[in-house]
Amino acid sequence: MKIVIIGDGKMGFDLSNRLSQEGHDIVVVDNDSQALELSSNTQDVNCIYGSGLDSDIQVQAGVPSARLVIATTSHDETNILACLIAKKLGAHHTIARVRNPELSRSLNLMREDLGLSLTVNPELAAATEIARILRVPSAARVDFFAKGRVEMVACRIPEGSLLDGMELRHLPEKAHVKMLICAVERNGDVIIPDGSFRLQAGDQISITASPADIIRIFSLLGIYAHRTRGVMIVGGGRISYYLAKMLGDMNITVRIVEKDRELCEKLAEMLPHAMIIHGDGSDQETLQEEGLADTDALIALTGFDEENVVISMYALSCGIPKVITKVNHISFGSVLSKAGIDCVITPHVISANHVLRYVRAMQNSVGSNVEALSRIADQKAEALEFRVRSNFSGKDTALRDLRTKKGLLIACIIRNGQVIFPNGSDSIHVGDSVVVITTGVGLDDLNDILL
Amino acid sequence: MNHRMIARTVGYVLLVEAVLLLLPLAVAVYMHEAVLPFVITQAAVAVPGLLLCFLPVRSRVLYARDGFLIVSLSWIFVSLFGALPFVIGGSIPSYVDALFETVSGFTTTGSSILTEIESLPRSILFWRSFTHWIGGMGVLVFIMAILPLANERSMHVMRAECPGPEVGKIVPRARNAALYLYGVYFALTVLEMIALRFGGMPWFDCVVNAFGTAGTGGFSILNGGIGAYNSLYAEIVITVFMLLFGINFNVYFFLLARTFKPIFKMEELRVYLITAVSSMLLIAWNILPIYSNFGTSLRYSTFQVAAMMTSTGFSTADFNVWPTFSKCILFLLMLMGACGGSTGGGMKVSRIIILVKKTRADLMRLLHPRSVRVVRLDGRRLDDGTVNAVSLYFIVYLLIMMVSTLLLSFSGCDLDTALTASVTTLSNIGPGFSAIGPTANFAFFPVPCKLLLSLLMLMGRLEIFPLLLTLTPSMYRRR
Repeated sequence: MKIVIIGDGKMGFDLSNRLSQEGHDIVVVDNDSQALELSSNTQDVNCIYGSGLDSDIQVQAGVPSARLVIATTSHDETNILACLIAKKLGAHHTIARVRNPELSRSLNLMREDLGLSLTVNPELAAATEIARILRVPSAARVDFFAKGRVEMVACRIPEGSLLDGMELRHLPEKAHVKMLICAVERNGDVIIPDGSFRLQAGDQISITASPADIIRIFSLLGIYAHRTRGVMIVGGGRISYYLAKMLGDMNITVRIVEKDRELCEKLAEMLPHAMIIHGDGSDQETLQEEGLADTDALIALTGFDEENVVISMYALSCGIPKVITKVNHISFGSVLSKAGIDCVITPHVISANHVLRYVRAMQNSVGSNVEALSRIADQKAEALEFRVRSNFSGKDTALRDLRTKKGLLIACIIRNGQVIFPNGSDSIHVGDSVVVITTGVGLDDLNDILL
Repeated sequence: MNHRMIARTVGYVLLVEAVLLLLPLAVAVYMHEAVLPFVITQAAVAVPGLLLCFLPVRSRVLYARDGFLIVSLSWIFVSLFGALPFVIGGSIPSYVDALFETVSGFTTTGSSILTEIESLPRSILFWRSFTHWIGGMGVLVFIMAILPLANERSMHVMRAECPGPEVGKIVPRARNAALYLYGVYFALTVLEMIALRFGGMPWFDCVVNAFGTAGTGGFSILNGGIGAYNSLYAEIVITVFMLLFGINFNVYFFLLARTFKPIFKMEELRVYLITAVSSMLLIAWNILPIYSNFGTSLRYSTFQVAAMMTSTGFSTADFNVWPTFSKCILFLLMLMGACGGSTGGGMKVSRIIILVKKTRADLMRLLHPRSVRVVRLDGRRLDDGTVNAVSLYFIVYLLIMMVSTLLLSFSGCDLDTALTASVTTLSNIGPGFSAIGPTANFAFFPVPCKLLLSLLMLMGRLEIFPLLLTLTPSMYRRR
């Protein structure tokens, strides 16, 4: 697949490296000749010197025949504009990195007009990843689909669980949690269950649910998850903001330690439920005074890698159960794990993972009407994403009245960027994206799901 | 330095040479000539090649210095082994002479020490010309095209072997780029063979002369050179193909992709063609008194200009007897050479363009000290690194030329001979003036001079720096 990457920064470099290793033909465009030199010396990619906003340069880079254009310069506006130009030149898909939260929100309004296939926000992605680490016990497996917006958690039903021997139709009234069991693996087979399906202990179930409900589902299942109640975040940047919001939704108390007074006040304004502490997070005294010993997790998110590493080492020495460290430069990763710091978050790598996942899903779906195809549950089932067009004959019908084929399930509906986990009363509208989980193959169009 | 990976890559190169030796072997079998020279050489190349290939490597990462060393060592070893068939078969009894001939072949120089060519076995002649074809596009690029050796860092190797101030890939994958280069190279060579055949040339001569043209080498299999065919058609075909092989191969890529705009934008191509045509006309006018009519003088001048400028070095006329003005033009063309990214040698047209532009920019800066100027090529800004590298290349080239002229003069030859011998080998052309003119050869030089000239040819083909750095102790120093 031909991919053009505009912007050869940390993320662009990482992406071009990994995409090229996956066998794609990569062209990198940047107006920093030094960065390009490094790329051309260490990667099997083509480098073009020039501005990504110049349509001549884009043509030279082969955008008109490219399947995907990824804009990862340091400016959001440049990225969006470059993607727009690429789209006009004939690129099939475009991905822009947009990190400004306000712009990110507005983009939901005009994503269609701009023709953006995906926007990536490294800080948001990093925060989501940290929240996931705190939420999901390591025993469970997580699959992603629908551009990473929907996560599916797989886990085994233990003996004596509430779910053991329960028919699925009784699940909502017994569990009081909105969840959807998408796939069940039993004795090596994958079954897409319907209402009459009876769960057994030992089944491996794949669940979609909103992130906030996941913890409750784990306790319901009887899976022991170390419940995180209090978290201390050092550093008050964008990741901290996103993370504090997410953790607040999960009923976890958050303390943010930040050096900058003004930033503290802003955070206090935006995060009414979090406790904002004005102090130096790299100061041992401050951390202890603010109750480091009682927190379940410490997350070091300052702007300096060295500071994060030292803070994490101190927290580890204090016996904090979970320590997460943000490191921007990953060159010395192996040294960190030797020092006991093994939960390392690198924002640009996480964003690159998102893009990579999207590219794989895109590649799987080449030649069909499927928007994206992800393999889930150990490659045994597929999650197909369809865009609902006006020719879909089951539009605006409640799902319970929709007569669908056996062995498939509508896992979620994405409407205006919001993920809906549907029940029988929800319906599919034109313009939605629908994720269908199936074990069979040969679904080429959304109409194929109907009998 | 990644010694094992370097050794292993050199091993691959030797194995490829062993495989390529199958072709002259086949010719020997077909023509009922001695096969032993090739069989023995193949064994001698394949054994160390295989041993090196199976050397376990810890890491495949190559840095710029590894690339330089790989390219230098590969070319040296390929030449050392490639000389064996000449010695074993008895065609060239002295090993140093055989080495000179082989280096001259691989580096596409075409300078010869042979006085009597026509009596040699055909298989040996085939191998001699085939080295031109192998060397033209480069052994390592060939390996990159056929073996999955190309990885993320193979640009270092490609850059060290491909001529031109800026080596870029036209397609993202190094392997595809190499494949494409060889594809065009191969197709053009076959095209020339067919074109020559139409003129009634025997097949063997077609193949051998096409090899000589494609690599811009210039070995001839007749004592009298191309002129001995006495065929205007053959001369025209060879002239056209010499010029074609002297063009940057990116042009063919654009042609195949049907995008013509970048071709018209290419300043190098324009300057190359204008220089060629104007030199042809000037020389034709200058040598008019020697030949009976303008047609004849134009016939000789076009062929000779194309041959010298593209660094092929074929000859149809004894330009040694031409007026000094014509010889001077030829000498300057020898220095300038063909386009970057072609199989031609010399300093490369694009380097000259960059030098002129850089000089102009610097002169203007003397008038307007505060002015900011950038050097552009093809409407695109060149970064300072490239421009400086070009200036450095020019200086080093001239320095090496002067020093080698001095060293060669010890042999007792005249200044014309010493100067043009160093230029012709450093630019990979072939003949020079005076004692090494088109009708003469290099046999009279003493052994040390032949070794020096061999080194110069290798330097010229690899564009000086890889070999120069290989000879520098600080390349190997650990601290």
